[in-house]
Amino acid sequence: MPTLPRIDYLDRLEAEAIHILREVAGQFQRPALLFSGGKDSIALVRLAQKAFRPGKFPFPLVHIDTGHNFPEVLQFRDQLAAELGEQLIVRRVEDTIKQRGLREPGGKFPSRNALQTYTLLDTIEEFGFDACIGGARRDEEKARAKERIFSVRDEFGQWDPRRQRPELWNIYNGQIQPGENVRVFPISNWTELDVWNYIQRENILLPSIYFAHERRCVVLPSGQLLAVTEHLTLDASDELTTRQVRFRTVGDATCTAAVESDAHTLEAIIEDILQAKVSERGATRLDDKISETGMEDRKRNGYF
Amino acid sequence: MDLLRFITCGSVDDGKSTLIGRLLYDSDAVSLDVLAALEEQNRTSAAGTVDLALLTDGLRAEREQGITIDVAHKYFTTPRRKFIITDTPGHVQYTRNMVTGASNADLAIVLVDARQGIVEQTRRHTIVSVLLGIKRFVLAVNKIDLMGYSEAVFHDIVADYAAVAAQLGIKQVANIPISALHGDNVVKPSANLPWYKGPSLLEYLETVPVATEANTDAARFQVQYVIRPQSVELPDYRGYAGRIQSGVYRRGDQVLVLPAGIETTLEAIEINQQEADVAVAPQAVVLRLTDDVDVSRGDTIVPLALAPEPTRELEATLCWMVEQPLRAGHKLLVQHHTAKTRAVVQAIVGKTDIQSFAQQEATEAKLNDIVRVRLKTAQPLAADTYQQNRTTGAFILLDEQTGATLAAGLIEQTVLAEPEFEI
Repeated sequence: MPTLPRIDYLDRLEAEAIHILREVAGQFQRPALLFSGGKDSIALVRLAQKAFRPGKFPFPLVHIDTGHNFPEVLQFRDQLAAELGEQLIVRRVEDTIKQRGLREPGGKFPSRNALQTYTLLDTIEEFGFDACIGGARRDEEKARAKERIFSVRDEFGQWDPRRQRPELWNIYNGQIQPGENVRVFPISNWTELDVWNYIQRENILLPSIYFAHERRCVVLPSGQLLAVTEHLTLDASDELTTRQVRFRTVGDATCTAAVESDAHTLEAIIEDILQAKVSERGATRLDDKISETGMEDRKRNGYF
Repeated sequence: MDLLRFITCGSVDDGKSTLIGRLLYDSDAVSLDVLAALEEQNRTSAAGTVDLALLTDGLRAEREQGITIDVAHKYFTTPRRKFIITDTPGHVQYTRNMVTGASNADLAIVLVDARQGIVEQTRRHTIVSVLLGIKRFVLAVNKIDLMGYSEAVFHDIVADYAAVAAQLGIKQVANIPISALHGDNVVKPSANLPWYKGPSLLEYLETVPVATEANTDAARFQVQYVIRPQSVELPDYRGYAGRIQSGVYRRGDQVLVLPAGIETTLEAIEINQQEADVAVAPQAVVLRLTDDVDVSRGDTIVPLALAPEPTRELEATLCWMVEQPLRAGHKLLVQHHTAKTRAVVQAIVGKTDIQSFAQQEATEAKLNDIVRVRLKTAQPLAADTYQQNRTTGAFILLDEQTGATLAAGLIEQTVLAEPEFEI
């Protein structure tokens, strides 16, 4: 009789995520996987391969493009979609701004992060998506720590934390009414370290900006480093510097800070994280500092 | 590395969120920026020290009211173990969220205020935890500092809780005195409690045996999704994707597809497109069958020898989670994992009294009630009792129209004698 396989912690997380992805496929008519080219959505793609191969994905990959990108990430995104042979839908915040006559965020660091919500909701309506899979994790932020794995949104995409459905055992309730849709977070229970350990175990390729490289940066008053891109307006008083950096998250280039690092390999990054004393969002996200409940407010309005 | 999932429960103001904050803080799981944000908040509020509860109370309303409304998940790791904490609300109107937390936990920390002792919520949360299959409990007597670190106070509460535990058949209770606010005996032993000889709370959590996945349970697998590439290379491939819910599956097993009752053989088990001889819960797999039989989402594939008898009649305990009451004759949807079917409530059999734990007569279920009902389903379900199987013995009830989750259901009996009444 063959010996029974040993199931470790990462195996459990993987099995849970695959189970959730298959529930999406089984319960919804028109799901989509929100794909940014960041490490969490790249991990989701690997999990989808494990869930559905040798079949095709039962959903397209959808990128809500802020236009404030790192070119390496876009290139990576297109290459991955081509290799997978899966459909990639791109909708641009730029176009939403024009169509809806929205005002571009002003200021020194004009993040389009909040405007993504409009493009996302328009895209959901355009394609009639009833479920959108995202790579958010509960350990990222305290409002996310309260969100369900199947998170029902009303027809305005709004999240009402007081009206969340109880989520019992691993039974996921995707029964919705017309106009509603569900955001699904298969890696809710993963931590940043779990994702990196998984990327290492699975030999998953990532965009180069996750690894240490030389980059021209602005030093913010908080001491954080922001990559110099065409989207920033620089003043004479700005302190510029070239440092060895890597990114811990990849988002809108105007609000995603770099961290100093000489980690060129996955092993070194994991070692970095074990040593790190600053949380992932805290190190890299400028938009959460706007108010104590920044994330909750954005989610209530339909953000991921 | 092992994983322990536990819930913290107790009455409002017993200090659950503070306790979790303390566990995270003292085990170095709180990062500097999160601490800085907390300190910033505390400068603008009245209290002088860092309020650890703010580490878990994430929603605006929670911060404003100083209470926990919703289930929060927190993650931390020590060199010995990984932990997932589910912090559940103490307020009675949020008991349903406590049920949610308990459904996925291996252990419950029941927090009691040393000044109050056992209160109704202690009993309610304990019975809910027992009902949902939690076997191990920690009675954490908090705020012991406010009672002068008194051994007598601690022992009185321990004795009271032992009576509750005995009544509910709980065999494993660890009694630990703590002060979450000051950190006494949470992570490190405290000099203020010289009379206490046991482990600190964290030490206990790190060393308590974890129930490994119940591989001794009968093998259970439900189809989530049928993989049919219909491609040039794989024109006839049909794979049944799902998660092994319990037990062990082996290539070549004689199996039964339920509820249809078709007998066939397990031709292959695939994990990530690799064939495997054997797979165990909770692995996500694809099963292929020798015969070309009709199998779809919601069907159960089980080894012939261990097959349950599909049933359309269930007796179940419900935790009723919505305002509108449940009565006999109501129609709703049963979601038994991937199987979904309409059902009618044939009878409300009784209701559990939270104080005495006795069964009472009842004609309806109200918000937060725990009732016993008899259900008749449109389609037969391949179900087990919750006693036999914590996965396939569980279901949820949905509102047919809105899709809202109405209740957690635990199957008590799958085969019933002649029904006494028909609706």
